[in-house]
Amino acid sequence: MNDLEPKTLFEKVWSEHLVKEETADTPAVMFIDLHLIHEVTTPQAFTLLRENGLFVRRPDLTLGTLDHSTPTTPVRTFKDLAIVGEGAAKQVIKMQENCVEFGLELHGFDSDYRGIVHVMGPEMGATQPGKTIVCGDSHTSTHGAFGALAFGIGTTEVGHVLATQCLLQRKPKTLAIEISGQLQPGVTAKDVILAVIGEIGVDGGTGYVIEFRGTAIEAMSMEARMTVCNMSIEAGARAGMIAPDDTTIEYLKGRPKSPQGAEWDTAVSRWLALRGDPGASFDKTVRIDGSKLQPMVTFGTNPGMVIPIGEDVPGANGDASFTKALNYMQIDSGKPLSQSAVDVVFVGSCTNSRISDLQQAADVLRGRKVADGVRMLVVPGSQQIKKEAEKIGLDKVFIEAGAEWRESGCSMCLGMNGDTVPSGHLSVSTSNRNFEGRQGIGARTILASPMTAAATAIEGRVADPRPYL
Amino acid sequence: MEALSKFVSRTVVLPATDVDTDQIIPARFLTTTTREGLGANLFNDWRFNTDGSLNGEFVLNTPAAEACEILVAGRNFGCGSSREHAPWALLDYGLRAVISTEIADIFRSNSLKNGFLPIVVDEATHKWLLANPGSEIEIDIEASCITLPDGKKVTYPIDDFARYCLLNGIDQLGFLLGHEQDILKFEKERTWTP
Repeated sequence: MNDLEPKTLFEKVWSEHLVKEETADTPAVMFIDLHLIHEVTTPQAFTLLRENGLFVRRPDLTLGTLDHSTPTTPVRTFKDLAIVGEGAAKQVIKMQENCVEFGLELHGFDSDYRGIVHVMGPEMGATQPGKTIVCGDSHTSTHGAFGALAFGIGTTEVGHVLATQCLLQRKPKTLAIEISGQLQPGVTAKDVILAVIGEIGVDGGTGYVIEFRGTAIEAMSMEARMTVCNMSIEAGARAGMIAPDDTTIEYLKGRPKSPQGAEWDTAVSRWLALRGDPGASFDKTVRIDGSKLQPMVTFGTNPGMVIPIGEDVPGANGDASFTKALNYMQIDSGKPLSQSAVDVVFVGSCTNSRISDLQQAADVLRGRKVADGVRMLVVPGSQQIKKEAEKIGLDKVFIEAGAEWRESGCSMCLGMNGDTVPSGHLSVSTSNRNFEGRQGIGARTILASPMTAAATAIEGRVADPRPYL
Repeated sequence: MEALSKFVSRTVVLPATDVDTDQIIPARFLTTTTREGLGANLFNDWRFNTDGSLNGEFVLNTPAAEACEILVAGRNFGCGSSREHAPWALLDYGLRAVISTEIADIFRSNSLKNGFLPIVVDEATHKWLLANPGSEIEIDIEASCITLPDGKKVTYPIDDFARYCLLNGIDQLGFLLGHEQDILKFEKERTWTP
């Protein structure tokens, strides 16, 4: 591709980071601008450094937090940490030791900025348009909402980035997903991305970087855009991106790691120039009419098994994996999900734990009660969000309704930190994966938006949020 | 990583589609700080009943699966989380390759870095493999092909660099470290700093 050819957003970011172009024999050497790290996928990488006598090449481009295996109850002493389990406690301590040894910025239990890695990075202003961002976590795609090229990597690659600040990459293909029109009230970013995954399938994005575009995307807040890009990986895509615009700039202004003074103006012009050129082409394009979308809920054991909330669960048509999923979920074909009694409601995770998500859930819940027999857990994505929510009284709305209000963390999204859904229980969750056992052994998960989750908590069964608006 | 050239093994068949990495190794087993020992919990919630007893119906627990090193799986194997613990667990258990019609991106990348072979074949070959569990298959990394019991050879796509690394047991970190001068030059010459 020459310099005169129109480029997509992805191609601009990609070509700006090539230390070495790819050839038939060797992949590209790509420079990484921000490496986010957490306690679960890094210990083996630090061991690799130590064994090879290597250092972290760019501590200034490395940012750490504790989120996955941390409890969402307050941690003041080792004993508070150990309630999650010995392994988890050891992992957290190891992370603290590694960050001290290698001189890395870690937002641990004493930091006001601790939070889920994909919440705290943007919040601090570390996530910026045009950056290459990686983390040992598949939901790193979240950061693409800013026009960054951001994707999840394995622990071996975490070691590569720590040691060299680079990764070996083959150039992926590009997929444009255009959401036109205006979303109806009660339809959120979560419903949009669930509808997209339902449309293209859980492998529809494999081999591609998605660029989300169209009027419905442009009208979204940064938080909503993060929800959309977050779940790109659930369609198999390596990354999801959205072109930076005034909404992006407004969000980043004045954040601790955002450029300041004259540097801010230079950065803003550079960021706004990242938008894809007119005439730039994609390998594939999918168009969805946003104005026709409904609140979405999953019924199976992957995020592609999803329906509009009022519709009946489809039939298996002889597909053994589909039948197995419905059996696991104890859900029948040909019936709407609104008949299913719910045991647990979880509002949180890197998909839906930001202040606007909590606000939406609180607006539905305000002055109402969580149904008898339902446990509702609300977990802010970061300590900053917790503080902000408490300032505007959202914590009181949740607590008065009968929900639990916690410290930040990944919590019930992945059942490895003490917050789990008991076996056989049905959970409506604002997280990103309804895989078998994801929220706990035998847990049955329905993915939904924060509004749908809140309406469900009130009614004690899967409920349409629109009557509560 | 050990150098690999070719090997022969019988197949064990797990026909489910979209097998995610949470099934391969559930998150609660990720609270480890080493790579070793994850095989004990491979497919934990499918291999074991909730009381901890062995689920005799799960294919890996059947006598026919013994010593099988090649897993034949449904489409989109390894989707979901980026946990490298998934290929670590598969290898630790004694499996060396997965054959499917589609393998998720991050899982494929993680697998290749550990010498676990993600092999994508055409629908017809896959259908045959699903229908014939226990078949003896040769995987030839040099030739990028598998040989079926009737002698038929089926080539599979693999990045040349990944193949070279597998054949020579090369760790990609060494290759990256060799680019230190290029990285320094890039850092110095770029027009903006992150």
